[in-house]
Amino acid sequence: MIDAKDREIIEALQGGLPLVPAPYAQVADSLGIDEDALLHRLADLKSRGVIRRIAAAPNHYKLGMTSNGMTVWDVEDARITELGAQIGALPFVTHCYERPRALPDWPYNLFAMVHGQDRNEVEEKRAEITSILGDACRAKDILYSTRILKKTGLRLKTKG
Amino acid sequence: MTLDETDRAILNRLQDDLPLTAYPYASAAQELGLSEPDLLARLTRLKNERVITRFGPFFDAAAIGGAFCLCAMAVPPEHFETVLTKVNAHAEVAHNYERTHRLNMWFVLATETPEGIEATADAIERETGICVLRFPKLQEFFIGFRVAA
Repeated sequence: MIDAKDREIIEALQGGLPLVPAPYAQVADSLGIDEDALLHRLADLKSRGVIRRIAAAPNHYKLGMTSNGMTVWDVEDARITELGAQIGALPFVTHCYERPRALPDWPYNLFAMVHGQDRNEVEEKRAEITSILGDACRAKDILYSTRILKKTGLRLKTKG
Repeated sequence: MTLDETDRAILNRLQDDLPLTAYPYASAAQELGLSEPDLLARLTRLKNERVITRFGPFFDAAAIGGAFCLCAMAVPPEHFETVLTKVNAHAEVAHNYERTHRLNMWFVLATETPEGIEATADAIERETGICVLRFPKLQEFFIGFRVAA
C-alpha cells in the first residue's frame, strides 16, 4: 500500500518525468521535499513493484508499425495455460492474456496483440499462432486498431 | 517527422528502464554517445511530435491496490464521437482504441480500487446507454511491450 506522501509523488509524476537535467530535483522542489528523499521513496516504490520501470511509451504508428491487430481465440479451457504461455513467448506478441468470454457475443478467451508494418505482416504472424493452437482453437478473429482515441496511462484522482 | 539513426537508438534505449539517479539523462546520453543537451532536445522533440506518447515512471495500478480492466462497447457509428467524448471524460480511461469489429471501442480502465472498475463501467453505461463488456485479465502470459524503432 502507499501512504499520502507516495500518493503526492505519484500524482506529481503521472504526467511524465520533466525533460530537464535534474528532473527529480525539480519534482522534489514542487513537493517541498528534498531530492534525496524523493529518490529514496521512488526506489522503495520500485522495489515494491508500484513503479514497473521509468521509460518511454512509444507510439507504434509513428514508428512505422502502422498495423496493430488484437488477435482473439477461443481456446479449450483445459489447454489455455499451456498454449497461452507458448503464444506469449512468440517474439512478435507484445501482450498476451487469458480473459473471460462474454457469451453469446464473444466466445474468445485468449487475447494476443500483434504489431506489424502492414496487415500482411500481421496476418503472417497470426497464421503462426493458428498453427500452434491447432485443434485446441475453436474460433478466432482479429480486430485491427484504426485510431488511438486516448493514451494517458494511470491517473490518480486528486483528492480534496 | 523523420527519425534518424540517433532518434532510433534513443527510442530503443529508452523503452528500457532508466536508472533512478539525480541526473538520469546524463547517464543515458553517455551510453548513447550523445551530449545531455542533445538527448534532452531530441526527447523533447520526440514527445512534442508524439513519437513518444509519454516518458516517465510506469505505475502498476494493482500494486497500489487498484485494478485494470479491458472493456469494449459496440458504438453505433453515427454516435461514435459523442460516445467517445463521454468515455474519455473519465480519468480512469487510461487508453482507448477504435477497432474493426461490431465491438468498435476498446479501452482500459485503471482505477485505484477494484470497485472502481465496476463503478466507472456502470457510470459509462448510464451516460451512454450502451453496454460495457468487461474483460479483466485472468492470466498474463507475457508482456513484451517493446518495439524496435
